[in-house]
Amino acid sequence: MNELLTKLSECIEFGKINMASPYPPNMKGQEGADEITRKALEEGVNPQDILSLGLMPGMERIGVKFRENKVFVPQVLMSAKAMSTAMLHLKPHFLSGAAKQKGTFIIGTVLGDLHDIGKNLVGMMVEGNGYKVIDLGTDVNSEKFIDAAKENPDAVIGLSALLTTTMVNMEKIARDIKEAVPGTLVTIGGAPVNNDFCARIGADHYSPDPQGVVEFLNTKFA
Amino acid sequence: MRKIIHEIQKGRVLVSDGAWGTFLQKKGLLPGECPEQWNVTRSEDIFDIAKSYIRAGADMIETNSFGGNYFKLKGYGLENQVYELNKAAAAISRRAAGSDHFVLGSVGPTGKLLMMEEVTEAELYEAFKAQSFALEAGGADAIVIETMTDLEEARIAVKAAKENTACEVICTMTFDKILSGEYRTMMGISPAEMTETLVEAGATIIGANCGNGIADMIGIVKEIRQVNAQIPILIHANAGMPQYCDGETTFPESPADMASRVKEIIEAGANIIGGCCGTTPDHICEVHHVVKSVK
Repeated sequence: MNELLTKLSECIEFGKINMASPYPPNMKGQEGADEITRKALEEGVNPQDILSLGLMPGMERIGVKFRENKVFVPQVLMSAKAMSTAMLHLKPHFLSGAAKQKGTFIIGTVLGDLHDIGKNLVGMMVEGNGYKVIDLGTDVNSEKFIDAAKENPDAVIGLSALLTTTMVNMEKIARDIKEAVPGTLVTIGGAPVNNDFCARIGADHYSPDPQGVVEFLNTKFA
Repeated sequence: MRKIIHEIQKGRVLVSDGAWGTFLQKKGLLPGECPEQWNVTRSEDIFDIAKSYIRAGADMIETNSFGGNYFKLKGYGLENQVYELNKAAAAISRRAAGSDHFVLGSVGPTGKLLMMEEVTEAELYEAFKAQSFALEAGGADAIVIETMTDLEEARIAVKAAKENTACEVICTMTFDKILSGEYRTMMGISPAEMTETLVEAGATIIGANCGNGIADMIGIVKEIRQVNAQIPILIHANAGMPQYCDGETTFPESPADMASRVKEIIEAGANIIGGCCGTTPDHICEVHHVVKSVK
């Protein structure tokens, strides 16, 4: 495998954004995801390979470490930052069709809930694993989810909630989506949510961590 | 002025109050509604919550201002009412507490991440300064910065409260038990790590709130005590993790469950014991009875 891509995957895993970034301390002064992605494109590496062999393995490794409690939110955020820096260089290639994302994921925090840290974390992890992510923001009602689902057939929808009080809205939104766009897959997450709740509200999947969402999507878009 | 730390120095174990958020929901607060707005629109309901904890035997009560910072209020278009809503929050609790109970002005996180550059240190400092200042103006004896997960945000909040008010400054963070059995906040901070930074920033009482019930809190208190034998420790424990059934959220730990661990948590080194999400005046009443009998 291209040595640049191995290096890129390490930049993603350890959250090395660019040469100027002081984080992580042991990679100080080295090239980051920004420079390496640019260099790889200049050298003619296939944009698809940059995504699949550079970004995705790095994101997967940090996702697994996060699930295993070996790293915490800050490390994942740095990885996500490094990933989005690399993505900026890849965007034109997605638009031209030279590189393809695996599928589309629509995510939002449900009506009544303004918390977005968890939702953003999942969105970034999913994007870094090769999906197009449509982020509807916070306090999102059924109508917005349904509109997005109609505009993006086959997209999977992710619902997030932090508050126990907004779990009720999650139930309504999940049911509304299923009714308006039958067959749409709904995955849920957030501090008060669990498998029981998922089954009760008719959602298709629950994950306590972002990596679980990625793995669910991978089974659906394989 | 009476100070909480003076009471602790006398060897007393104090009782704090229980949940506010879940109590407000019971009184009809809707999802998407701003809890702090009730300080002006439903002030008698807020007074009622405050008073119920005083009646239950709490030595101190909090204020309905957890989300009263600029950034959270902005989500409701109320960012220009930071002073009004926080001052009202403290005034209501003051009225319920009288002069012989303490009022802790509640300050929660902003929801903005420093490391993602969603906010600057200076902006955080200003937000916490404005909120603490208003809580003091309304009559708070102490500022309790709580449910923190990011140590840097907590440190800035402690400094802002310390440097701009005469209040005692308390700070509690929220820990989970991770797979290894250790305690960490969502941002990876351990109780030991928290202790050093918060004490240095000027907090005179530290501890933990929310989380997964009172049993885990015992381990957290022990870890703090290992690195600091002196600092007073406050615990506001959840009544366990919320469970959802048919549109209703319930919490598994009964008042008796919570009270059954109080002796142990005092022995571990806690100085102030109260509740967080899901705890009620009944929980606090039971805790109060145990604390009285332990002395």
